[in-house]
Amino acid sequence: MTAFFQSLGMTYEWAWFTSTIAGILLIALPLMLAVAMIIYVDRKIWAAMALRKGPNVVGPFGLLQSFADGLKVFLQETIIPSAANKGLFLLAPIITFTVALLAWAVIPFNSGAVLADINVGLLYILAVSSLGVYGVVISGWASNSKYPFFSAMRAAAQMISYEVSIGFTLVCVVLWAGTFNMNGIVLAQQGHGLGFVNGFFFNPLLFPMWVVFLISALAETARAPFDLTEAESELVAGYQTEYSSMSFALFWLGEYANVLLMCTLNAVLFFGGWLPPVEWSLLYYVPGWLWLFIKIFFFFFVFSWIKATVPRFRYDQLMRLGWKIFLPLSLLFVVLISGWLMLTRYGV
Amino acid sequence: MSPTIPAITPVALLGAAAPFAQSGLDLAQTDLAQWLPILIFLGIAVLLSAGFVFAPIVASRFTGAHRPGDEKLSEYECGFPAFEAPRRAFDVRFYLVAILFIIFDLEVAFLFPWAVTVFDLGWQAWGGMIVFLTVLTVGFLYEWKKGALEWE
Repeated sequence: MTAFFQSLGMTYEWAWFTSTIAGILLIALPLMLAVAMIIYVDRKIWAAMALRKGPNVVGPFGLLQSFADGLKVFLQETIIPSAANKGLFLLAPIITFTVALLAWAVIPFNSGAVLADINVGLLYILAVSSLGVYGVVISGWASNSKYPFFSAMRAAAQMISYEVSIGFTLVCVVLWAGTFNMNGIVLAQQGHGLGFVNGFFFNPLLFPMWVVFLISALAETARAPFDLTEAESELVAGYQTEYSSMSFALFWLGEYANVLLMCTLNAVLFFGGWLPPVEWSLLYYVPGWLWLFIKIFFFFFVFSWIKATVPRFRYDQLMRLGWKIFLPLSLLFVVLISGWLMLTRYGV
Repeated sequence: MSPTIPAITPVALLGAAAPFAQSGLDLAQTDLAQWLPILIFLGIAVLLSAGFVFAPIVASRFTGAHRPGDEKLSEYECGFPAFEAPRRAFDVRFYLVAILFIIFDLEVAFLFPWAVTVFDLGWQAWGGMIVFLTVLTVGFLYEWKKGALEWE
């Protein structure tokens, strides 16, 4: 893209700057549009599984429902409780949404189509997604109200618990790929399974880690069945209880952007990202970003499916699953995978 | 520098020639300019989300939606006036979970550089990490037996 702007007569530096801004907007704006549409898709899938119609009034098939909701929320009054810490109260949704956007900077959408091709892309994603917990804790504390406070405690403990097992599964992927660069990880999956299946999931040692990653991703983003942070029968609306207007919506947008990010990570780390599912030259005629979007959508469907069918966990079950099952299991697999790769790559 | 190039440009600030430098784990090639798009992204994302937060506050002043009141601004507690201050003592197990998280997240942080170099360093590096993991596992089992992971 830099070359295109240079051809318009800009110097290299300004062409680079313009193309970077364009790239950022090309990620951020479609992402927000995708979040609006994915909320609609989520509601439609959920409704279909409950034999309901779902949103079907606003626009054709209710397609404009999310935009109508957004407009309504935008025109509402922003209520800042008199007991709240006002600065922190307004800062929390900003942090949540900013962090949810930032992680997308290193996602490869196609061969070379990545905003920041840094060599520690995966580490960056882990770091940025851990920052999300600040938005939750700050909102719960600054609200100065009981339900948000309890919810923030729960959410923080839940997010950090599952981050540990996510960290270990990422180590397994990195061990096999040999790089932290996201494009490098995608390319390492080319023909990984029997020489023609593109994806780390087709590997008896990495498949259990993918299962752990998928379930941890659900818990990390507080999706059902792990939506204890906003268990409406106990905690009203969780840490968002005191929020209204667009500040409330930003938590939702951030949450769905994080869900999409986790679907994308599933696709990029275990299912070959922008590569076609199998090595077959005809499939390479389909553009890479389309393969990635198909995979993201598939995982989002799985997330919705789980939300519609699985009952909510209890908090002690959630912590037991995270600390007593996933943590030892993923630790064991780090040892197994590194040992196996040492035998095959380094030799005895 | 030719006069057509502005003296201060974003790339020149970091003294970088190739912003989209080659990928891979070549440490000599590591170049802060690779991170520059992320810094710009951070600025745009903060502006965007701050706009989303503050624009409705301004808009509601004009549309007449902004009508605060004592009842409306009090904290929510199922319709009652709040019984007591919300910031009370909380369960110590949340603290234990946070401590455990620090230990294991640090462990993951040690594993990351090891994961990309162990195949060059050989069995000694692998064995060293296994010893480290064993020590932590013993500590983990101790905590498990002590009941730090129990939630009832």
